[in-house]
Order: sequence, then structure tokens, then C-alpha cells
Amino acid sequence: MFDALSDRLERIGGRLRSRGRITPADLAEALSEIRTALLEADVELSVARAFCDNVAARCSVEVLSKSLTPGQQVVKAVHEELIAVLGGETLKISYASRPPTVILLAGLQGAGKTTTAAKLAQWFKAQGRNPLLVAADLQRPAAIEQLRILAEQAGVAFSSSGTDPVDVARHGVEEGFRLGRDVVILDTAGRLSIDQALMAEVAAISAATAPHYTFLVIDAMTGQDAVHTAKAFDETLALDGVVLTKLDGDARGGAALSVKYVLGKPIAFASTGEKLGDLDLFHPDRMADRILGMGDVLSLIEQAERTIDTEQAAQSAARMLEGTFTFDDFLDQMNQVKKMGSIGGLMKLMPGMSKQMREAASQIDDGEIARIEGMVHSMTKAERQNPDLIDRSRQARIARGSGRSVADVAQLIKQFKQMSKMMKGLGAGKMPSIPGLGGGLSGARQMAQLAKSDPAQLQQLLGQAGGGGLPSAPWAPKAPGVGGGAGSKNKKKKGGRVTPPKGR
Amino acid sequence: MITVLIIIAVLVVLAGAGVAVAKRRSSPVLGAGATAPQRIEQVSPTPAVPETTAETAPAEVPMEEGDSVAPVVTPAVEVSDGIPPSVAGASAKSRGIFAGLRAARRLKAIEPSTWDELESSLLRGDVGVTTTTRLLETLRAEVAAGTVTDGSGLLERLRTLLIETLSQVERPEHGELSLEAEAGRVPVWLLVGVNGVGKTTTIGKLAYRAGGEGKKVLLAAGDTFRAAAGEQLATWGARSEVDVVLGAAGADPSAVIFDAVQRAGARGFDVVIADTAGRLHNKVNLVEELKKIRRVADREPGQVTEVLLVIDATTGQNALQQARQFTEAVAVTGIVLSKFDGSARGGVVVAIEAELKIPVRFLGVGEHASDLIAFEPTAFVDALLADDPVA
Repeated sequence: MFDALSDRLERIGGRLRSRGRITPADLAEALSEIRTALLEADVELSVARAFCDNVAARCSVEVLSKSLTPGQQVVKAVHEELIAVLGGETLKISYASRPPTVILLAGLQGAGKTTTAAKLAQWFKAQGRNPLLVAADLQRPAAIEQLRILAEQAGVAFSSSGTDPVDVARHGVEEGFRLGRDVVILDTAGRLSIDQALMAEVAAISAATAPHYTFLVIDAMTGQDAVHTAKAFDETLALDGVVLTKLDGDARGGAALSVKYVLGKPIAFASTGEKLGDLDLFHPDRMADRILGMGDVLSLIEQAERTIDTEQAAQSAARMLEGTFTFDDFLDQMNQVKKMGSIGGLMKLMPGMSKQMREAASQIDDGEIARIEGMVHSMTKAERQNPDLIDRSRQARIARGSGRSVADVAQLIKQFKQMSKMMKGLGAGKMPSIPGLGGGLSGARQMAQLAKSDPAQLQQLLGQAGGGGLPSAPWAPKAPGVGGGAGSKNKKKKGGRVTPPKGR
Repeated sequence: MITVLIIIAVLVVLAGAGVAVAKRRSSPVLGAGATAPQRIEQVSPTPAVPETTAETAPAEVPMEEGDSVAPVVTPAVEVSDGIPPSVAGASAKSRGIFAGLRAARRLKAIEPSTWDELESSLLRGDVGVTTTTRLLETLRAEVAAGTVTDGSGLLERLRTLLIETLSQVERPEHGELSLEAEAGRVPVWLLVGVNGVGKTTTIGKLAYRAGGEGKKVLLAAGDTFRAAAGEQLATWGARSEVDVVLGAAGADPSAVIFDAVQRAGARGFDVVIADTAGRLHNKVNLVEELKKIRRVADREPGQVTEVLLVIDATTGQNALQQARQFTEAVAVTGIVLSKFDGSARGGVVVAIEAELKIPVRFLGVGEHASDLIAFEPTAFVDALLADDPVA
């Protein structure tokens, strides 16, 4: 999500950073480009204008002339403004002293209210709460059935009795109280903000249930109308925040920025996938970092912490830095990484990654990983411990064993050796210069220093690394050879399956 | 590619190691052995749809001759509210692009602020930066050449330009959808789109429309992923008095659709309208699944004659990306712009037609079965530009 916006801003920022002096004309040009980038990302027009005005205010001629790195100053101003627009703090749910805490979801048709209701229930359950889902959408055919099935999948209680949405909701809250549920989530029918009868209905539901939190569910792909809609809902319901859905698409999510900016209501939750577990609190500062291509190291570390066997990882990292890294370690790491989710998703959290690298990574699928694993599995134990053993005939055997070409095997081994040499250099405190390993490598180097620091410092280090003008790694798409050099464009193989360009 | 993987692996492992070290430091009492956090299994990000082929595993759906699946929920909506739907009616609820330009219309000469207002209005209508810039450049050139001199002339010219843009793509008249299949094959209309745009609702409306024209329609509930999607379609089937073939939850969508096509072939149906699960166009595996669905639906006795992409009128510039990706994957033949009765104007379809040459075929304007109208450029542009019709 937000990728295209971040790519644009990255490019504008990169160009500014490279300049020693920034004239008012340069600034005006950059601001106009930023405005276009925001508009193309569906940021509402007045918000885009205000955004640019505020950035301009932070970059007055005096400020820029005093700064030694004026380009960096502009990037910083954009970053600060983004954080301001996205809303500084992560929402902290305060539960009602007399349970249940009632949560009302409203929104347009198809925004994803029903799915969000179930995801929220699962989220509250994971927080140790005991939620009840109430289906008060009597409009859309089978909406009740949908929520009932989802409630079952999430393993939470479900209620929907009555023929009038207001009664269903009121009864749901009473039911929650009776059953001792501490959170009640009300799903309502989708409605247009201009449909007065239906807006009056949702207002009645709100009045009857006195929700502690009222969230507007907004599709991340919404265009300029988002602000209009959000205002109308806010006037009717006094919103507490927004749940942003379908963030796993390639929409640039400008609507989210705008709604926050115009209403001043935080983006409380964001949903990033089709599974019930794909919903989490929204962290505005991290998102601003991500938009500016600075990665989101905190989220990455949290994710790693949840899934990775850290002891094993520490040992493996130590071996890596000593230069005794083997194919067995590599396999082990691949397995760890696989557990963390999609490679493309992880790449977005990584600081200093260029668009090309992200694109290359987002094309990596499990099949590709399986093919690499296949090659490693076709090696003998001795070969895995000592890749130098592998000569031509062994390569041919490995290729036969894994159903790959000899060239593929040779490539893997070459890359592996290169990496392990580089890592050894990293451990020794040297900074080997392998062409094309710009951002990723200095990121890794910062990470290596982590052993001597704490995660907060790491975050800071990496924030600097990302923002400090790392060269965009120019290597991923330029690979000659198998990929045909067409870079990030999808390539079709004979199976019709889209695979990443190989090479390098 | 391998390098990318290795870098990721290395960075992630280092991060993991860092966490371990930091934890050990913060909790020295526990000792190194106690620091390993619990593991949480990551579920696969893709829906678990079994990859069975259509020939070997058609979905087991008992369906008696001419028997439609009983509705699960009582329809809450009537087939029609008695008022024939119209583009103007749909847009009457909101303000169009020209609403903010009424002052401009009265201008004798074109002022610099008029251009700003014009630009703002187009951008607010989701027409997009590229198309807006192109339109304004043309208008500026005409003003410079002296062919347009006053405010109302300028707005009139913009209207004409928009209509021209929307007239470049060939579009069957009166929203006619193709039934031109080879002899002995059943035409299939496939509905595709991202999540929540209104595919199932649109199918209900298309079924009602085709049924009204005296065609024998069979619906295929190809959305086996979203909970209760089949029931939703069944309700629409009952409402439009059309038969529905349902698959089990989680069944292979291709198999369900192929099953419907076979039944349609055997029982002399005129057309199969196939629903598919909503999917984001950037999910490679889901798009692959959709390609497979299309291939299977196109197998004898079926023949795909229309692939309709449903786009939500509230969608912004991302709609362009949706149209691009879906067309590349399954050769979209037309667009249905849904939820046109809301306050959003759906101006992005101008960009879609201009750039991708995919015709918009229908507008969805409400929740009734009859709330689907054939797209017509002039009416659409007038709705897009509507000069505050409420006043």
C-alpha cells in the first residue's frame, strides 16, 4: 500500500537531497510534484493543497539558507507533515468500566464492514477479551449468514434476533451483558451518506446502544468522495475513528490521509488481508516512514519476534559474521523468513529498499523459494557445509536432483559465496563494496551493530539510514541474462505463471 | 533474485538476533535459555482453494429440473420501487462538477481563477491528474486561438470534449451483452472485480434484465471464498426468478462454474452468468486463479462472450490500475460502474476509456433489481457535470 506515493516522494526527495542549494523555484517545482503525487494517490484536493502549504511554511527561505543540507530539510518537512496528517498517536482502546464495551461499525456498501467486524472480534479475542458479534445488517441478502459463519471461524459468540436493525442492535447489547461478554461489535448495513432515511436509522441504532466507539469503515481505494462521506457520517454519528480496509491492494490510500486531516479523527485500525487475523492497530508514525521509503523496522522486529526462534537466529547470525555460514544455516533462515509472511510484505518494512528491489521481491512466490530449497536439498551434507567442494560434475548432479538447470545451480552457489564473503567482511567491521548493494547492505551493517545497542537505538539508526540518502539499489532490474533485462515488468513463462526476473 | 532473498534472510535473522540480545539484557535473571519467544504459525496469505480440475471434480450440487435454490434470507428489497431508474435521477442526489462553477458560466471573459476552479472541479470528480491536464490543455489552446471566449462557452466545450472522449470506444447500443457463441455452446458472462464493488448485486440485476428479455438464465455462484456469498446470490436468483448453481464453501470456483455451464448446455439455457470472488488485482495467485476460471468457463460446452469488470464509483485513481490488471489477466470486455447513486461521480472511467479503451456498459444506481441502466456518454457526462440539479 502507499507504494506508488512513496516511490514518487522518494524520487522527489532523492533529487532534492543531491542539491547543495535549493532556490525558491526548486522548492516550488518540488511542491507542485508533491501535489500531483498526492492527488494521484487520491488525497483530497483541499488536503493536498494544505499539505503543500504547510510544507512550504516549514521550508522558508531563511530556514533553507541556514541549513547545510537544505534538501534533507525539505524531506524532513514532508515527513513531519505526513506524520501530522496521519495523526501522531496509535489508538489505545479504553474499555468501559461497566462492560460490555460497545463498538459500532458504519460505512458505505462494500467497504468491508462485515469482514472488519469479524476481524475486530478476533483481534479483541487475541487481547484476552470476550467479544460478541451482532449482525444488524438486515439489508444485504445473506449478510447475517456471512457474519454468523465468520463468527464461527473466529470462535466468538454471535447474535442477531429481530426484524428491525435498531431492535437487533439493542437486543445484541443486552445479550452481551447477559452473557457476560465484555466487547460487543455491531455490524450495520452499508448506506450512502446522502440517503437520509438510512442515516437516520444508523443514528437510531447509535442512540439505542450508546456505543463507546463508533468507527467508520473506509475502503483504501476510495477517491475524492471519501472526505464528503466521512463528514456526513461524522455529523450523524460523532465518529471516534476510522478503520481502513483493503490496504493490501496497490491503492495509494490518499483517502485515509484526507479523512484524518479533515475530521481530525485517527485511523484506529487497518486491515491488510483476507484472513481474519489480518487486522491490527494503525501506527501513524510507522506508516509515514513507510510512505517515505524509510521502512518500518519496528513492525519488522515485532513480526520477527513473534515468529522467529531468536536463540537459533542469534547463533546463525554469529556464524554468519564469522564467515562460517553454511547452506544449512541458509535453509534454516529461509524457513524462518517464510514463517513471517510474504517476502514482498517484508520488503516493504525494510529500510533503504528501492522500488525495483521491492518489485523484484514482491514477485517472489513460495514456488520460487521451494525451487531454491530443492537445489539445496539436492546437495550432500558435506557440500552444504562446504560449498567449495561443489565442482562441475557435482553441479550437474545437483541440477538433475532438483530438476533445475546447471546454470541455476551455479548461480545459486556463486551468489551464496558472494554473500557469505560479504557477511564475513561485515563481521570484521569492514564495508565491502559490492556493486549494487547500497541500501540493503548499510541497513544490514546498522543491524549488525544492534548487538551492541537496544532496539530503540536500532530504530533510530535505521531511520537515519533510510532517510539519509541511501542510494537506491540499482541492481535488481538491470540483471542481464535469464530475465531478459526487462527488469521489473512481469515476465511470462510457459506455464503462464508470473515469475520474477532472475539473474544476479 | 537469490541475492534479494539472501539479503532479506540476513537482515531478518540479524533483527531476530538483536531482539534476543536485547531481551537477554533486559531480563538477566531469566538467563539465555528462557528468552525464546513463543512461535506463532503464520497462516498462508492465500485462501485455501483446492486446486482440483473441473473435469475430475465438478461441485456436487443437487438441482432438480427447473428448481431454483431456496433463498436463505427473505429478500428485504423489492425488485423495483416503481420508479424507472435514470442517470439524472441517480445524480440528482448530489452535486456534480459544474455545481461549483456556476459563477464561471456567467463570465464574459475567462479569468485565471476560472482555470483553477475548472481544474479543482475535475480533480474532485476523480477524473485524475493526467486526464484533467489533457482536457485543460486542449481548452487553453482553444481559448488562446480565440474559438472559445466566454465562461459558458468554455464549460460547453468541456462537456463536448468529455463526450467525445467517451465516444471513441465502440460500445454496443442499449447495453446489449453478447450472446454470440458458436453453435451448440452456451454463452458465459463472467463478472470480476476487487472486493466489495458489488459483483453479486450486479449479477442479480443482469439476471433480472436478461430474464425480462425472455432469456433463460442460469447463475453460477463462483464466489466460494467469501462466507455466505452463495446464499446472497441465491437470494438474488429467487428475486429475479432465475436458477442458481451453488458450490460448497471453499469449493473450486472453476468447478462450480463448469458445472453450471454443463447443466446450462444440457437443459437449453440461453446464458450462464458467473460470479467470482472479489480479489485484489495485485495478488498474483488470486489473479492466476481467475485466469483459470476463465479458461475453464471457455471450455466446451461453454464460451465466454463477456467479461465484465465491476468498478465502484467511489473508487479513486486505483480504478485505472484495476482495469489495467484485470484486462491483462482475463481480457475484460466491459465495465459496470456500480454505486453511481452515491455522492461519488466515478470520473475515473473517463480516464479508463481514454487510456485503456474499455467501454463502460452499465451504471448501477440502486439496490433494486431494476436499478441497472445502459451507459450512454451524454447522459453520463451530464451527470458528471450536473449543475446542482437540486436547485
